[in-house]
Amino acid sequence: MNIAEHRSIRAAWLWINAAKSRLALRGCVVVLLSLVLTGCHWAVLDPRGPVGKADRTILIDSLAIMLAIGVPTILATFAFAWWFRASNTRARYRPDWEFSGAVELVVWAIPAMVIILLGGVAWIGSHQLDPAKPLSERQAPVEIQVISLDWKWLFIYPNEGVASVNQLVVPAGVPLRFSLTSASVWNVFFVPQLGSMIYAMNGMRTQMNLQADETGTFRGLSAHFSGDGFSDMHFQVRAMRGEEFAAWVKATQGVGPTLDGAAYTALAQQSTNVQPSTFGAVMPELFAQVVRQDLAPGPGPATERGGAAEAPKKGH
Amino acid sequence: MLGKLSWEAIPFHQPIIMITSAVVAITITSVLAWVVVKGHLPYIWREWLSSVDHKRIGVMYVVLGLVMLLRGFADAIMMRSQQAVAFGSAGYLPPEHYNQVFSAHGTIMIFFVAMPLVIGLMNFVVPLQLGARDVAFPVLNSVGFWLTATGALLVNISLFIGEFARTGWLPYPPLSELAYSPGVGVDYYLWALQISGAGTLLSGINLVTTVLKVRAPGMNYLHMPIFCWTTLASNLLIVAAFPILTATLAMLLLDRYLGFHFFTNEAGGNPMMFMNLIWAWGHPEVYILALPAFGIFSEVFATFSGKPLFGYRSMVAATMGICILSFMVWLHHFFTMGAGADVNAIFGIATMIIAVPTGVKIYNWLFTMYSGRVVFATPMLWALGFVVTFVIGGITGVLLAVPPADFVLHNSLFLVAHFHNVIIGGVVFGIFAGYEYWFPKAFGFRLHGGLGKAAFWFWIIGFYVAFMPLYALGLMGMTRRMQHYNVPEWQPWLLVAAGGAALIAIGIAFQIVQLVWSIRHRETLRDVTGDPWNGRTLEWMTPSPPPMFNYAVMPDVEGVEAYWMRKQTAIERQALRPEPEYHDIHMPRNSSAGFICAFFSAIMGFALIWHIWWLVVVAFMGAWAVFVVVAWRDLHEEAIPAATVAAIDRANRAAREAALPNLRPVS
Repeated sequence: MNIAEHRSIRAAWLWINAAKSRLALRGCVVVLLSLVLTGCHWAVLDPRGPVGKADRTILIDSLAIMLAIGVPTILATFAFAWWFRASNTRARYRPDWEFSGAVELVVWAIPAMVIILLGGVAWIGSHQLDPAKPLSERQAPVEIQVISLDWKWLFIYPNEGVASVNQLVVPAGVPLRFSLTSASVWNVFFVPQLGSMIYAMNGMRTQMNLQADETGTFRGLSAHFSGDGFSDMHFQVRAMRGEEFAAWVKATQGVGPTLDGAAYTALAQQSTNVQPSTFGAVMPELFAQVVRQDLAPGPGPATERGGAAEAPKKGH
Repeated sequence: MLGKLSWEAIPFHQPIIMITSAVVAITITSVLAWVVVKGHLPYIWREWLSSVDHKRIGVMYVVLGLVMLLRGFADAIMMRSQQAVAFGSAGYLPPEHYNQVFSAHGTIMIFFVAMPLVIGLMNFVVPLQLGARDVAFPVLNSVGFWLTATGALLVNISLFIGEFARTGWLPYPPLSELAYSPGVGVDYYLWALQISGAGTLLSGINLVTTVLKVRAPGMNYLHMPIFCWTTLASNLLIVAAFPILTATLAMLLLDRYLGFHFFTNEAGGNPMMFMNLIWAWGHPEVYILALPAFGIFSEVFATFSGKPLFGYRSMVAATMGICILSFMVWLHHFFTMGAGADVNAIFGIATMIIAVPTGVKIYNWLFTMYSGRVVFATPMLWALGFVVTFVIGGITGVLLAVPPADFVLHNSLFLVAHFHNVIIGGVVFGIFAGYEYWFPKAFGFRLHGGLGKAAFWFWIIGFYVAFMPLYALGLMGMTRRMQHYNVPEWQPWLLVAAGGAALIAIGIAFQIVQLVWSIRHRETLRDVTGDPWNGRTLEWMTPSPPPMFNYAVMPDVEGVEAYWMRKQTAIERQALRPEPEYHDIHMPRNSSAGFICAFFSAIMGFALIWHIWWLVVVAFMGAWAVFVVVAWRDLHEEAIPAATVAAIDRANRAAREAALPNLRPVS
């Protein structure tokens, strides 16, 4: 085999290999893109309300600020390590260089300045996006009382006198004022596409203001582990036009069971994977009674391993 | 008679647990049988189990940590595989099992992997770096170790007898209260941590005292290697923070055992107080782990760049700054509890301020490499992998410190990705760097370099493949601790993450092979001089492994890099310092107090968990009796004759003298 032949074979082989790796690369890119783009389910980055949008803006701004300092640091790590590798004879070796006032000033000053900037973002953001702060001074909010139960969500509309389990129906474009508590253990109320989350705790009331800017169906879930049925503690948020919401309220009122003390106590028993349902009427002050513990906290499991021999001690 | 204990406590109907139990039982029995039959028992008892030598205790801590790493990693594999398959189905782990798995994973990885490994390295290295013969309280050191091992034992027993907590690695009430967790799981958690926490506190007191009081002549504070500084900071945090943990868990125990109402829903209990208290310990805990790792990296960067650590005083200031600031940020773990804008903002900013000294450390490591001669040995690879990974973890950490950003990321997989990013990238990489770096010092031979590098690459690539998808999932709104889910878009990412866990498993396999291969070929990997890496700090002055007494004569220290200066003088003169005059050395005698005390505490813990009250009394009396016997012992030291000391030191001097002509002065 002459040299030219050898070269051409080698070139062909290289080309095939390159093509192969190009193909593999393209395959990787296709897989990655399909991962990234499928269904646009980037809930936190795809908000549908003012709170979620403001949260996202702060998230992205902070990320940009941090990347501005982080990326050069990572690049410098690679650059320093590679250039000053022991085998590089062109790199200058200064075995005693262990201090430089100028360098120290810079390495303290840069992170400090970044943090002053970000601290401002955090301060302003915390106040603007305080969950308890009303969203609008002009528009009256829809009141919704949220009770997390083992293991489902109860939504009470005190002004409309209806309630629903594991589905949250809201009017779009109207501020929503949530009051939250828990029947037993803690949960966190979280609708990623609407924005901020907040704890629901027994014997206490937390507040949260959200709004859906457009109609649609969003996913809500619990962000705080609450026991064996935790994974099924998700619910649909249906944001609809104002008149549709009014129609829903009307259709629900007076239909089906009434949420009174007895119905609440039955609902507070542990159950998993509960299908959505509604109550046509709600006992007044039910939420307040739960917060005040006039309605006793929900019971735990009857038995667990090693726990069967003794009944759980009740309080008081 | 046996309290709550009955045959029903054993999960006969769960094949995964029963097979695991059988394998573990057979392994333990065969190892014990091998030890007894081969006649190794007296050696193991004399040289290890009853040893009060800080080096032996350090090694035992590391062994405990590595064994528990396998257990914790098995849990990780189960979680990743469960979530990979559990789209729209129940997967293969029912909730009551899955919830135990993630609770055990977190508990084990923090308390019985990271803590023993970090404490083990500090225990082994710090007295050597300080030029000391031992720690301040050798018997206490042994007791501390064995109490930690007792905690680990109880956690493992829970796998076979009863159950482990299903409440997460921090048992938040009211879920962890008797009403909602009537089983023994939370009790296992609480007693395991109470016993091992006592051990950690003893170890913290011991190491603080050691750094403050037991140093070689001339080793003033600003001559201490930076690892000693980070050890001091970390153990000050242990002394300050672990009592909070103990008190908090004790209050939960009172709730569960005696009907108190510290954290219950009813009768004035306040679970939010648990949240505050547990994180008043929990956030310093992060730095208890991270600071020693920073110290290890500082040693590694200096050694493998052939330069002193850049900005030593700056590093000391940054270390102590982090030590103090770490106590002022705990509230960032629950911004979403509704504290209000001012409180959230203040704690958010306080959290970011920690990023300043941490950033300074990163830059000082970079400038340690600058103008150096960087050698890419395995410890240095871990250090470089750390810097890159930790910067990313730091970025996401600062994002989480901005309250409105946290409002949409809290308790999501973004958070899970973040803390694995800093704990694996920071603490675990640091531990592995330290393990590779000081292994020859501990055992007299190096670990195989190529296998170590292979392990590193599988680990770091596996880490990114396993945890970057979790950031994405967090942005997709997936919260943590889900046993199953019904969102199809999450599954591909969880499958990728499971693949990453498999890559890490290969990395761990390489580490096991590396250890076995290196032991079998130890003669070719022998460290003859005691200075395999061209080290700079005092520990490299001793033979490998160091004799029981560490230093034949106390070294006199004239600067930060005590050994490096000595070595340069010797190279210039082509001669060691003249032979010193040898004397008898008094060293502490072995003590079985730690082992026996731990034996009784294990029984006491088990009896408390199962309400076997008579056994609690018996075991407590036993442990107390050991304490009395130890406290009243007359003879607690023995002399090593000057001749023995001289023989050991002369052998090392000869090896170093022989190596001198090959060493060139640095220029």
